[in-house]
Amino acid sequence: MLANLINGISLGSVYAIIALGYTMVYGIAKMLNFAHGDVIMVGGYIAFYSITLMGWPPALAVLAAIVVCTALGIVIERLAYKPLRSATSLAVLITAIGVSYFLQNAALLLWTSNTKVFPNIFEKLPGLRLGAMQIAPVTIITVLANIVIMVTLTLFTTKTKMGKAMRAVSEDKGAATLMGINVNRTISLTFAIGSGLAAIAGVLLCTAYPTLQPTTGSMPGIKAFTAAVFGGIGSIPGAMLGGILLGVIEIFGKAYVSTQLSDAIVFAVLIIVLLVKPTGLLGRKVNEKV
Amino acid sequence: MSEKQLRPVLETSHLGIDFGGLTAVDEFNIKIAPQEIKGLIGPNGAGKTTIFNLLTKVYQPSRGNIMLDGKDTRNMSPVQVNHAGIARTFQNIRLFDKLTVEENVKIGLHEHISYGMFSGIFRLPRYWKEEKRAHEKALELLDIFGMADQADVRADSLPYGAQRRLEIVRALATEPKLLLLDEPAAGMNPSETAELMNNIRKIRDEFQIAVMLIEHDMNLVMGICENIVVVNFGKIIAEGTPRQIQTDENVIEAYLGSGKES
Amino acid sequence: MDKLKNLKKSTKVSFLNYGIVLVFFIVVTALANTGHLTNSFKGQLIPIVSYIIMALALNLVVGISGELSLGHAGFMSVGAFSGVVVSMTTANSIAEGGVRLVLAIVIGALLAGIVGVIIGIPVLRLNGDYLAIVTLAFGEIIKNVMNCLYVGVDGAGLHMSFKDAASMGMAADGKMLINGPMGATGITKLSTFTGGIILLLIVLVVIQNLVNSRTGRAIMAIRDNRIAAEASGVPVTKHKLIAFVTSAAMAGAAGALYALNYSTIAPKKFDFNTSILILVFVVLGGIGNLTGSIIAAALLTILPEMLRKFADYRMLIYAIVLIVVMLATNNEKIRAFLRDLGKKDKDTGAKEETANE
Repeated sequence: MLANLINGISLGSVYAIIALGYTMVYGIAKMLNFAHGDVIMVGGYIAFYSITLMGWPPALAVLAAIVVCTALGIVIERLAYKPLRSATSLAVLITAIGVSYFLQNAALLLWTSNTKVFPNIFEKLPGLRLGAMQIAPVTIITVLANIVIMVTLTLFTTKTKMGKAMRAVSEDKGAATLMGINVNRTISLTFAIGSGLAAIAGVLLCTAYPTLQPTTGSMPGIKAFTAAVFGGIGSIPGAMLGGILLGVIEIFGKAYVSTQLSDAIVFAVLIIVLLVKPTGLLGRKVNEKV
Repeated sequence: MSEKQLRPVLETSHLGIDFGGLTAVDEFNIKIAPQEIKGLIGPNGAGKTTIFNLLTKVYQPSRGNIMLDGKDTRNMSPVQVNHAGIARTFQNIRLFDKLTVEENVKIGLHEHISYGMFSGIFRLPRYWKEEKRAHEKALELLDIFGMADQADVRADSLPYGAQRRLEIVRALATEPKLLLLDEPAAGMNPSETAELMNNIRKIRDEFQIAVMLIEHDMNLVMGICENIVVVNFGKIIAEGTPRQIQTDENVIEAYLGSGKES
Repeated sequence: MDKLKNLKKSTKVSFLNYGIVLVFFIVVTALANTGHLTNSFKGQLIPIVSYIIMALALNLVVGISGELSLGHAGFMSVGAFSGVVVSMTTANSIAEGGVRLVLAIVIGALLAGIVGVIIGIPVLRLNGDYLAIVTLAFGEIIKNVMNCLYVGVDGAGLHMSFKDAASMGMAADGKMLINGPMGATGITKLSTFTGGIILLLIVLVVIQNLVNSRTGRAIMAIRDNRIAAEASGVPVTKHKLIAFVTSAAMAGAAGALYALNYSTIAPKKFDFNTSILILVFVVLGGIGNLTGSIIAAALLTILPEMLRKFADYRMLIYAIVLIVVMLATNNEKIRAFLRDLGKKDKDTGAKEETANE
């Protein structure tokens, strides 16, 4: 029971970090970046090859993953999403699905479909004993990373000029432009931050569940979007709350209901949340302008 | 007969709405008589379009009542309000862009075309009969604005003024008792505006309906409205005939006040 | 001839589509009868027809109704497995294979339609991205459920379980119909090319007549401007539901046709990738363009067979197709560029049709 709860919080923390990327991009660019999950996968591969092929220390490998994913995020935004700023959400979403498929299949060609076993980069760190239970170091690091990222982002968006600009753009693009805020640059920055976070999430996910394939990111990506919606899209604490709750629900579903149906349970949560409270737990209602 | 003529088409009492603690419209009380042309004016941001959105239930009122031809619209959706007799146009034109002009009008006729989905799919005689009737009716309505020859043109390829006119025709097609026009003359030149004024009168007389319009063109408002309601900060500040409004001190104050800002 | 000129544009397009399907049927049949068709191509015929129907069904939702469904493979799955169960349980009572095929398709369509109603009622209250992601979620749920569905038949009738084969309580002489993740095995192939073409024509008639009727107009009006449609007295949810459920039923029919072309079929076949594949057909053919869907679905099913060398790059190319088509049709600058290009073509006398929206 307690073990399941801790596993759930650990998985949920990974979801939360991914969900932050979704929630920030959705809040600011008003689009569902379907390819976000696949950026996680790319982060995982970069870290994997940095360690196994280049023999870099884990910290450097994580840094490399962050750099590559951040750059990837900016490039994707420039090439695929920016030209569609005034297009319908249907067109943007289909493009995002295309980008997601592109990343998956490019990874398939580059790195083949063979499952890579991700090294345990926190091997040397001590775990935590809690009574009869051993908590793995990756669990502790994941939860800590989640908290640090949350706090940093909250401070960033409330205290810094760039962060305030991001909030202004998410409130009202037109007004933000009038205030002299460079909307395009702000959106780029959001993608950069979201993708950098995806790299961290990728490393944590692959360490906790050490298999890596080109499709590794897609399911956690969709689930993390579910978490972002659950918590209230656009809300940073919402992403954390939604992520952790979803992780716990998934692990408990696996343990007590059915392993095969655990995904179905997670998606059922999404559907129920959207129907009962479409704005999520901590989201706000936005009126359509007429 | 006489009783029906006395009963207002629309009567609101204590109508109001708040957005996140801010009161956008408050204590809005009006009566619109059958076949009356009423103007709704006020400075920018006074809440005029919000009032239209309340009357058509795009927004649910926070308080107050709307009686439409004696019926309480409290639990009605925008669709039901339309069926009950209010049709409208939009300040930022909302046409069905990818449909033709004629199809746009036929959407207005939707409730008055009586065949079901299966008659449509299997092309039963009823389909042909009703579609023919709808086609004729649509052309007849378009003809009011001399637009019948553009029936097969896609709506988004019409010039701006024609798009505004098409919105009016589409609204008329729903057979309303009250027609709400949100800045019908916006973007029109003086001769187009003059023609529009004639057409609004013509519509009122021919269809025997009431019209309420939001408009910034004072020549149009003073020229065709029998009564005018002036709002500022979501509240009625004056009401009366064009002559009364023109000399009302509150109104002059409101307009001059807002003039200073801009 | 004059009469032909007076026909409405939509009517002309409808007849063009019937014509394309009939010509395809006649050419293929002629080639088959004269022995000009390879076996691998013959094997592709029913999948081609099934995918065309899927593309048309999805286009009804994406192009006509303007909502993105990412779970249409789920409806195909429901139709496929219910069709298989119907065809196998009636094997002893109905001798004629054609009758069983029709029955399987009808029941498959019906059940997929019912699932469409169950999913559609909650889902269609949402809009845009949320609707898309929830249809994706439902598609995954259907796949998950199908993966643990066990159906068998014995003297006492049908048995079902969501746990394992043993807990169905089937008699020892019973026959396994659906075996969890293994899917259905030992299916009698009932689908025929002619049957598929007839189904395709029926689907085309229904979609085209629906679109060019009061109901279809209302669906498109809601797509173009929901608020104006409501203000004009058009109920939104009802019409979105009509499009969605009709589409789901057609996907179910396509699923039954598809499944009864194979001896085994597993739930895995109808996953998110299949939903995306069909979306690629719709996007490449032009969103809202039925002729395009027919051609794109047929070509993209035939081509990979012929270009096996490039099999590894297939999905990558599809991804690029999605992105490029979307950018080309939605970016103002690129559109203006293409328009200019089209004008030049016309000036030089080329009789190219203008690009579809």
